[in-house]
Amino acid sequence: MARTVAMTGNIGCAYAMKQINPDVVAAYPITPQTTIVEEFANYVANGEVDTEYINVESEHSAMSACIGASAAGSRVMTATSSQGLAYMWEQLYIASAMRLPIVMHNVNRALSGPINIHCDHSDSMGARDAGWVQLFSENAQEAYDNTIMAIRIAEDPSVRLPVMVLLDGFIVSHAIDRFDLLDHAVVREFVGEHRPVNPLLDLDNPVTLGSFSLPPYYFEQKRQLRAALDAARQVVKEVFDAYAAISGRRYDFFETYRLDDAEVGMVVLGSTAGTARYAVDVLREKGVKVGLLKLRLFRPFPARGVARALSHLKAVGVMDRSDSFGAEGGPVYTETKSALYDLDKKPAVVGYIYGLGGRDTGPTQIERVVEDLINVAGGETIKSPVYLGIKE
Amino acid sequence: MKWNIEGAEGWKWCEHPAGAAILEAGNAQYYKTGGWRTLRPTLEGKCNNCLQCWIFCPDTAVIVEDEKFAGFDLDHCKGCGICSEVCALKAIAMVDEQSAQEEDR
Repeated sequence: MARTVAMTGNIGCAYAMKQINPDVVAAYPITPQTTIVEEFANYVANGEVDTEYINVESEHSAMSACIGASAAGSRVMTATSSQGLAYMWEQLYIASAMRLPIVMHNVNRALSGPINIHCDHSDSMGARDAGWVQLFSENAQEAYDNTIMAIRIAEDPSVRLPVMVLLDGFIVSHAIDRFDLLDHAVVREFVGEHRPVNPLLDLDNPVTLGSFSLPPYYFEQKRQLRAALDAARQVVKEVFDAYAAISGRRYDFFETYRLDDAEVGMVVLGSTAGTARYAVDVLREKGVKVGLLKLRLFRPFPARGVARALSHLKAVGVMDRSDSFGAEGGPVYTETKSALYDLDKKPAVVGYIYGLGGRDTGPTQIERVVEDLINVAGGETIKSPVYLGIKE
Repeated sequence: MKWNIEGAEGWKWCEHPAGAAILEAGNAQYYKTGGWRTLRPTLEGKCNNCLQCWIFCPDTAVIVEDEKFAGFDLDHCKGCGICSEVCALKAIAMVDEQSAQEEDR
């Protein structure tokens, strides 16, 4: 029987890992990810899972061990945050280039410096070009669900890519939330048995993985990675559908809220969607025609769908919880604007940088964005990016 | 799976095994590294077939037949000189590759 529980997002993620029962977990603790691996280590110590838990001395080693274990043929999971993700940098690209279906939680936390432990998306946004699928979670339910779906997406024969499940540090990871769990048996059946392709431990069919690639080959091999990410879109959709059938929870690349008849709209990722939805309701009460698009899938970016969903608007505010210093705006802004470029009639777009280093983003800030957008819809120009709620 | 390594440089992007995997074991032998060599190992003294050179050669370029030293695989020897260093009888000399090639002609 599915049951409703009150757990933090991190414990929900660890619980999903327990239900998946991966062969290998190699991880290093880091705030705010720590309670995921701490809880999972308890399951291992108590014999509740069959997982080989590898204690490592760093995230560099954690991802290296994951790559080795995955190449050997295991189902592999790990988790990290911020500096830990940064320390995995070179291995992130190797995991995707070797087409290893590793599933990793990244509990979003600001990157140093200055050192800070609170939420923003600069860690995973920095890894957006690494060839991983990236799924964002608004709350504990979505973090739990994304974890289970990520296994199927990663291991699909036409994808075979690592998947990063993102959840907002502290806001989702440490707040106790009420959500629904699936039965162990249902989860195990959904993820199925791992069928690795060309595993190193298949001694009858010896292969070499991770070899040197010279200029006559490298270019074609990277093109193949692009094709895999492109193919992932279809698979993500299929997995979302299959998951709806077992959970009753239907997901998509993005979800819209009161957007159909809206004149202005916002694009958000992660936990801020909840705040934005509240603000939309408050403003709708006052007659403001505002709506919301919450992205779940950031890589591969669902550009065409996003463009279609926003095409009827007069103005769009794109909310970035990270900056791409020196660029025109944050990564969600440039991505969204680029998606809109091919439309004949396109909305004006304003980019907002918000909540860096865990700065709280309440309804007042969202209302300020909508106020701006109404002015922009009326012909006013606002220079992007706007640092939302900055002291000035 | 076997492939024709000769054609690999012309493979289209969709023809490469996914993940840059090499699905044929031992095909490094097709990649001839002998051209990197500036010094060539040459047996000049007496060999007692201790086979230290064979043990230490990082490129398996020492040929052994019937448990006896039988020469060097010059298609793969990079001329590192480890065989010459480990030879207990100092029987392997490293000679200038270019001069050796001129002599071969």
